[in-house]
Amino acid sequence: MQHMSTGERLLRGVLITLALIFFLFPIFWILLMSFQTNADILRIPPSLFFTPTLDNYVALITGELKTASGVLKLAFMQNLFNSFILSTASVALSLVLAVPAAYAFARYKFRFSEDIAFTLLSFKFAPPLLVLLPLTIYFQQIGLANTYIGLIWVYQLITLPLILWIVRGYFEDISPDIEHAYRIAGHSWAKMFFRISIPLARPGIAAAALLSFIFAWNNFVFALVLASADKQPVTVGALAFVTASGIQYGQIAAAVVISIAPTLALALFAQRYLVEGLSLGAVKG
Amino acid sequence: MSALDHSAAATATKAATPARRRRRRQRWLPYLLSLPALLVTVWIVIPFFTAIYYSMLRYRLSLPQLKGFVGLDNYLNFLTDGRFWYTVQVSLLYTVLTVVIELVLGLGIAILLQRSTRFNNLAAMLLLLPLMVAPALAALMWKLMTNPNFGVLSYLVGLAGLTDFRWASDPSTALFTVILVDVWVYTPFIMVLLLAGLRSLPKQPFEAAALDGVPKTFVFFRITLPMLMPYILTASLFRMLESIQQFDIVYAMTQGGPGNTLTVFQVESYLQFFQFTNVGRSAALLMVLWAITYFLSNVFVKNWLRLRERAQGVAAE
Repeated sequence: MQHMSTGERLLRGVLITLALIFFLFPIFWILLMSFQTNADILRIPPSLFFTPTLDNYVALITGELKTASGVLKLAFMQNLFNSFILSTASVALSLVLAVPAAYAFARYKFRFSEDIAFTLLSFKFAPPLLVLLPLTIYFQQIGLANTYIGLIWVYQLITLPLILWIVRGYFEDISPDIEHAYRIAGHSWAKMFFRISIPLARPGIAAAALLSFIFAWNNFVFALVLASADKQPVTVGALAFVTASGIQYGQIAAAVVISIAPTLALALFAQRYLVEGLSLGAVKG
Repeated sequence: MSALDHSAAATATKAATPARRRRRRQRWLPYLLSLPALLVTVWIVIPFFTAIYYSMLRYRLSLPQLKGFVGLDNYLNFLTDGRFWYTVQVSLLYTVLTVVIELVLGLGIAILLQRSTRFNNLAAMLLLLPLMVAPALAALMWKLMTNPNFGVLSYLVGLAGLTDFRWASDPSTALFTVILVDVWVYTPFIMVLLLAGLRSLPKQPFEAAALDGVPKTFVFFRITLPMLMPYILTASLFRMLESIQQFDIVYAMTQGGPGNTLTVFQVESYLQFFQFTNVGRSAALLMVLWAITYFLSNVFVKNWLRLRERAQGVAAE
C-alpha cells in the first residue's frame, strides 16, 4: 500500500463516515422510534431528545393495546413464535438431509453426481412465485395449506441448497487421508462419518446453519402466499401492522426492532463465516 | 473414487465375499447419502410443470366456465400488450439501476476499507448489518422514515427545499424510492465480496508499481480493476439474478403501486394471480421471467465455479 497524505487520509475518513451514516442511520432511527410515544413521533421537527417509553414493547409482548376505544389484540408474539419454529425446524431438517449429501458430492464421483448437485442449486435461482402459485392449489388439495409442515417443506428450497453447497466446500477442503487411516484401523463407515468427518467440518456446518437460519428468518414471499395469519412469520406479520387500524407507529417500529434483532445479533456473532457463506465459498473471507 | 478404492483394497485381503458385499454397498453409498436431499426438494418440478401447463390455458378463477387450452396464446398476446412491455421495461430498469449503483458504491467502500486495520474491520462489520435485515422489513423501515406526516427523511428533504417530495406514493419518485431501499440492503453484499476479493489479491504487482512510482489512477484501472474483475462479475451476476426477481421490497413498499408504476415481474404475476385471478397470464409471465433467470444463472454458475476453484486453490497454498 502506498503512502497516504494527510488530505487523503481525511477524505477517506469522511467518506467512510458518510457510508456508516447512510447504512446505520435507518436502524438507529427505527430503534429510537420504538421507544417513542405517538406524540413524540409526530412532533415536528423530529428530535433526538425525548422521554423513552417501553409501552410499545409492552403492548407487543402482552398482546394487548389499550386505546381510547377499548383493547386491541395484537398477535405479534405468535408471529415471533412462528418465525422461530419455521426457521429452526427448516434448518434442522436441512442439516440432516444436506450434510450427508454434501459429503457424498465432496468425496465421490458418481453417475449424475454433478447433475444432482446443480439441480439442487438451481432451485435457489428460480423465481419463487413460479412454484408457489401452483402450490397454493396443490396444498389446498392435499391438506398442507397453512400448516407448519407444509411451510417447513417449502422452506427446504431456501435452506437445503445453501447448506449443501457451503458444507460441500468444507468437506472438499478436508484431506481424505485421515478418514482412510481411521477406516484401515477397522472402523465402520458410519463411525468414521460421525467421529471424524462431521467434527472436522463443524465450522462449515455451523456457518451454513447460521446463514440459512438468517435466510429462512428473512423470507417473506413463501409465507405471504402459503400461510394465513396464525402461521405467518414476523416479516409478514409486521407488514400487516401497516394497514391494521388502531396500531401506532411506535408499535410498528418496536415490531421491526424485535424482528431484526435475532438476525443482526447472529451476524455480529458469526460475521467471520458470513463472507464465505454468502458467496457459496467463491470468496474465502 | 480414491476413498472407495483404498478401503476396498484393504479389506480385499481379509476375505473375498464380505469385501464384495462391502464394495457393492459402497457403490450405493453416495446415492444413499444424496437421495434424501434430492427427494425432499425435487417435487418442485411438479408445480413447475403445472405452471408451464397453466401458462397455456385461458384460466381465470373468476370465470371458470371459460377455462380451456389455448397453446401459446398467452405468450403471443404479450407481444402486443403494453402492460407486459411496461413490466419488462420497469424490471430491467430496476435491475440495471440497482446493480450499477450497488456495484459503484460497493466497490468504492471496499477500496476505502481495503487495508486491514482495526477501524476498517469494525466499519466493514457494521456496514454488513443492512444485509441481515429482511428486505420486506427494510422496506417497512424506509416506509416509516418517508411517511409524509412524520418521516424523518421527509422532514430532511423538506429542509432542503423539497417540501412536496412524496417518495413511494408519487409515481415519479416511486422507482427511485424502492431502488434506494434495494441499494441500502444489498450494497453491503457487493462490498463484502469485493473486499474479500481485494484482500486476496497478490501483493507483488502493487509493490512493484509503488516502487516505480506509477500513478494511483493507473494502478487502479490497469492492475486493481482487471485483477478484481472475476469477483465483480460474479457479484453483479448474482445481484442481477436476484434483482430481476425482486418482490419483497417492491411489494412491501407499494404493492406494485402507485397505480401500476412498480409492476415488476414477480409483483405483476402476484397481482395477476390474486387480484385479477388471471392464472394463465400470471403463469406465462413467470415463465418469461424463468427463461431470463435460467440464462443468467447458467452464466453465473460458470463464473462462480471458476472463482470457487481458484479460492480453494488459494486456501490450499
